Amino acid sequence: MAALGSPLHVYRRLLQELRHLHGPERYKNTAACNYIREQFRKYQVTSEKLCLAQQELQFQASTYSCLLQNVRNHLSLHEEFHAKGERSPEEVAGLVGLKLPQQPGGKGWET
Amino acid sequence: MLQSLRVILARQAALSPRLCPALCSLDGACSGKRFYTPPNAERKKFYEHVSISQGEGGFEINLDRRKLRTPLGKVFVVPSEPLALAVATEWDSQKDTIKFFTMHLTTLCNTALDNPTQRNKEQLIKASLKFLDTDTICYRVEEPPGLVELQRNEWDPVLQWAEKRYDVLIGSSTSIMGPVIPPETKDVFQRHLASYNSWALLGVEFITTQLKSLVLSMSLVDRFLTVEKAVILSRLEEEYQIERWGNVEWAHDYDKHELCARTAAGTLFIHLCSSSSSIKHKLLQD
Repeated sequence: MAALGSPLHVYRRLLQELRHLHGPERYKNTAACNYIREQFRKYQVTSEKLCLAQQELQFQASTYSCLLQNVRNHLSLHEEFHAKGERSPEEVAGLVGLKLPQQPGGKGWET
Repeated sequence: MLQSLRVILARQAALSPRLCPALCSLDGACSGKRFYTPPNAERKKFYEHVSISQGEGGFEINLDRRKLRTPLGKVFVVPSEPLALAVATEWDSQKDTIKFFTMHLTTLCNTALDNPTQRNKEQLIKASLKFLDTDTICYRVEEPPGLVELQRNEWDPVLQWAEKRYDVLIGSSTSIMGPVIPPETKDVFQRHLASYNSWALLGVEFITTQLKSLVLSMSLVDRFLTVEKAVILSRLEEEYQIERWGNVEWAHDYDKHELCARTAAGTLFIHLCSSSSSIKHKLLQD
């Protein structure tokens, strides 16, 4: 069984991602948030040592928060590097810490 | 170099006016504009509120007052409530434009509903099983020693788990032909996969093609690994090289986040489509 951390930790991480999506106030009233809250409450108390349903829920919740988190990171990298089309030679050089020469035959670092 | 190129072009432009546009575009590039801007494929967000409703045959998504439809025009109906909520969240979280490339669950549901390539269950199983012959975690390297050890330490436990869980022989190999997978192993996986419905099988095929490994996919289906761990195992060599040569944010991280997101979407899709959850209340004992 995969190591997931405590249910509370998973729950918090998930809510944090929803907050990123919908903003600090709005996320509390979304249907998804209500559903998650309800599900976590339902499986909260159990006297069993190994409760499959709770682990299932925890796995799904952590998978979902992984999805949201990675979509967010992917989108931010996409917008930073790939969304705006081809870069100018100056920008390309700048990406790897170089400068274009100012005059013919120059090396780029002279002023 | 650019400067000299421009001088040459300017000289030629004086001779032939046809080259003028080329010069202009070069000048434009120098003043901070981009050479090429991608066509705006994103659609403007045309709705305000997203909600779900229970209809015949499952849960539907409503954008304002209208029902969401698939690209082929069918009504978008999914079998489970959490899946519908997750899809609704994807639509709800779009800002000004709809970025379809970030909506993995919507894409998977659309594929399952429309089935654009008209595949049946057998074909889906076959497509996943094909990856067993060239499974990522069965291919081992002989050098460098660091990577050999890493592959042994990280991949062997997963392989052992799979062999024990399904009671089959898989094995690993350093040959370019890969390990020889016994036909019984394939039969076992085929029988096992046949017990899933076609939606879940689509998910299995999706994550198998992402991770390039059926064994890693099954370890996600059976909740043996977390998505993050499975993705690391799938990219083990790349991780090793990154550790050695450094990380490039716009290539390595970009790929990794996308792979993680797709794998997580596929895994969630399988679990939400195949679970038939029922609650058993414990009887209080007197």
